[in-house]
Amino acid sequence: MLQIDTWKRVLIWLVVAFGIVFAAPNLFYDRVERHNDAATAIEREGETEERTAALGAWPSWLPSTIINLGLDLRGGAHLLAEVQVEDVYDARLEALWPEVRDTLRPLRDSVGTIRLQDGTPGELRVTLGNPDGMGQALSAVRELAQPVASVASAGASDIEVSGEGDTLVVRLSEAEQRATDDRTLRQALEIIRRRIDEVGTREPTIQRQGEDRILIQVPGIGSAAELKDIIGTTAQLTFQPVVGRGVAESTDPGIGNEVVPALDDEGVFYELERAPVVTGEELVDAQPAFDQNGNPAVNFRFNAQGARAFGEYTAENIGNPFAIVLDNEVISAPVIQSHIPGGSGIITGQFTVEESTQLAVLLRAGALPAGLTFLEERTIGPELGQDSIEAGQIATMVAFALVLVFMFACYGLFGLFANIALIINVALLFGILSVIGATLTLPGIAGIVLTVGMAVDANVLIFERIREELKTARGPARAIERGYEKALSAIVDANITTIITAIILFAMGSGPVRGFALTLGFGIITSVFTAIFVTRLFVTMWFERTRPKTITV
Amino acid sequence: MRLKLVPEETSVDFFSRSKLWLGISGLMMVIAFVSFALQGLNFGIDFRGGTTIRTESAEPVDVAAYRAAMQELELGDIVISEVFDPSFGPDENVAMVRIAPQGDAESVTPETIQAVESALQSVAPDINFTSVESVGPKVSGELIQTAIIAVLLAIGAVLIYIWLRFEWQFALGAVAALVHDVLLTIGIFSELRIQFDLAIIAALLTIVGYSLNDTVVVFDRVRENLVKYKKRPLKEVLNISINETLSRTLMTSVTTLLALIALFILGGDVIRGFVFAMIWGVLVGTYSSIFVATALLHRLGVKRDWEKPTDGGAGTQFANVDA
Repeated sequence: MLQIDTWKRVLIWLVVAFGIVFAAPNLFYDRVERHNDAATAIEREGETEERTAALGAWPSWLPSTIINLGLDLRGGAHLLAEVQVEDVYDARLEALWPEVRDTLRPLRDSVGTIRLQDGTPGELRVTLGNPDGMGQALSAVRELAQPVASVASAGASDIEVSGEGDTLVVRLSEAEQRATDDRTLRQALEIIRRRIDEVGTREPTIQRQGEDRILIQVPGIGSAAELKDIIGTTAQLTFQPVVGRGVAESTDPGIGNEVVPALDDEGVFYELERAPVVTGEELVDAQPAFDQNGNPAVNFRFNAQGARAFGEYTAENIGNPFAIVLDNEVISAPVIQSHIPGGSGIITGQFTVEESTQLAVLLRAGALPAGLTFLEERTIGPELGQDSIEAGQIATMVAFALVLVFMFACYGLFGLFANIALIINVALLFGILSVIGATLTLPGIAGIVLTVGMAVDANVLIFERIREELKTARGPARAIERGYEKALSAIVDANITTIITAIILFAMGSGPVRGFALTLGFGIITSVFTAIFVTRLFVTMWFERTRPKTITV
Repeated sequence: MRLKLVPEETSVDFFSRSKLWLGISGLMMVIAFVSFALQGLNFGIDFRGGTTIRTESAEPVDVAAYRAAMQELELGDIVISEVFDPSFGPDENVAMVRIAPQGDAESVTPETIQAVESALQSVAPDINFTSVESVGPKVSGELIQTAIIAVLLAIGAVLIYIWLRFEWQFALGAVAALVHDVLLTIGIFSELRIQFDLAIIAALLTIVGYSLNDTVVVFDRVRENLVKYKKRPLKEVLNISINETLSRTLMTSVTTLLALIALFILGGDVIRGFVFAMIWGVLVGTYSSIFVATALLHRLGVKRDWEKPTDGGAGTQFANVDA
């Protein structure tokens, strides 16, 4: 007969209680959010009166996880960046040249003079004076190869060496390229994260996507352009010796030199030695400051190694200019006045205060290993997000009310049971979404509304079945039991097919679509749970208490 | 007193005109396909790349003035449309400006956006830019591909599931109903020139799920009745099954539609297209599970002896699993 074991009842109530407890913070969204922000701020920067007050706004023994609001609801900026991983190959190969040179030099008798050819991207080309020595040169250079430092391609070596006539060609092997790509992406991810943290906004999303892409979502930021300023700059800082100033753009630089434009003076070019004295990697600190004339500037400090190199160079080159180069543009090229031993200095240029502050942030966070291309960018204003939330809230409530009234009108008392179950269902859904830290988007709200509409389906199936069974079965208890039993297979089949589509949506979709798949998928799970357990529990409890001779569904 | 959508006992003959219904459905599918083939879809930037800017100002939107102001920038194809929503106040005048992708650039440059914004500001000084979205050609190409794969994958997965749980004739019937629903939805988007973006794909997949939900419930009853009424002709069994589940089919459609209509009217203009797709999907999904899926099942015929699960039909060994 109609029976549910005590342990099952306890379990069902526990699940329901879990849903309500974990969904509750979302009803007090602002308050809990302030509480959480205050908690983070206190942990980071210590207590203030204001923060303690905000912390007290929500009791800390209650759960305080709330659903994240997506960009379309909160406003903010979204960027999808592609990392130009190939940028790194050339640098890797360039760094290989001294080693290759030193390996071939002792063999000069058989390979002849060696000369580096200029610039084919992705290759290091060396001309041998005596092509007959190619075999010997190849085997010597091949010995420079190192195993690739990655688990996936253990055993492969990092370079491929081949001979073309009198030219020895060194390329990165495919395994090494992949390992390099991976490293580049991780570095880029880390640098971007540091830069955004420096600016200090709430809950940014910074995720790797696929082989060479990074997704960045920052709520609350004014525009994607602003975000791009922060993360889009490579911020490769170098200090290079100056060979000549005011050269023509078309100047043919000497071997080992390059022509670099000035940042602020259009049409001015410098010829610089390619090898930097020190680079931004050796910086330990950078702060916005003002120079002696009161113009915005950036103060910097080198680590011990950088300080030594910088000190030695300035001591030897008093009276000569050196260039401060940022991303292949000369910021300034001051003349060295005196030996600078302390490892600190100042970058001056035609900065505004914002620019100097930003440059300091970029230098502190470090340079990106490679350039970024932006494939997708979205800015959503906070007002639009607010409007969407409000519209979504009203629509959900109206949808909810309509369904509740309709169910009651159609099924009376049983409809009431289904309605309570529906409310529990939504509580459970919010509870789950909060606990897993899901992000609610506008399509996600649509998913909830759809769930509200469809959640009653399982109950409808059961109730309709009970109605049918009442015509044939002996007694209401038997009818109810058979109703649940017989409806089960239809419920399972119908919902598994919907779950399949939700899973595919989640796996293939991106951004808002995923939010929708998530609420739809969990909505189905909670609705099946509430229909076959919670409503059944209600019906059983009601039945045990009243023991009706006849029932109408 | 209970509200009843259908009387307690119904015995509508759903098959007396089955040729007519199949004919109408076929015709609609052809129309949808031709419309799609001839004029395509009004793709949003998710799929074609480009930039959309949403503007809001206190003054009424003057599309012609906006267009004139932007003409000088030589940005190529520009689409400007005013947006209406009952929730907008009298000082909220919203428009969407869509700009074609600029050359080979992956995403729009800040300078272009700056230029567009100042051009529009010269027409309406108090104008606000509530959202700016830009998608490069590379991503939009991939998005189309992923979307098509997702829809095909969903249909395929469902086909296999139903095949395992029922029989292949059921799977074909269900999938025919699905294709019918998806095609008619794409058709109406093409015909009414409603913007087709990434969210619509989500709606399409939901329609796939919903339409199946309905179809599967009817099929489940068909399977049960095939055992119960062994001697009756298939057409009668199908008719009984549809009649028995009719009340449920309509109940669920009505509750879902109630919720969706609330969202359509009150949910704001941003997701209106998405909700429209779902409402349409529920309507055609309900229709197709009653008229298309079973009619096709009738034509395909079906194994009658469900007592012996290993007899013939592949996959039926799972049919008695009650998970």
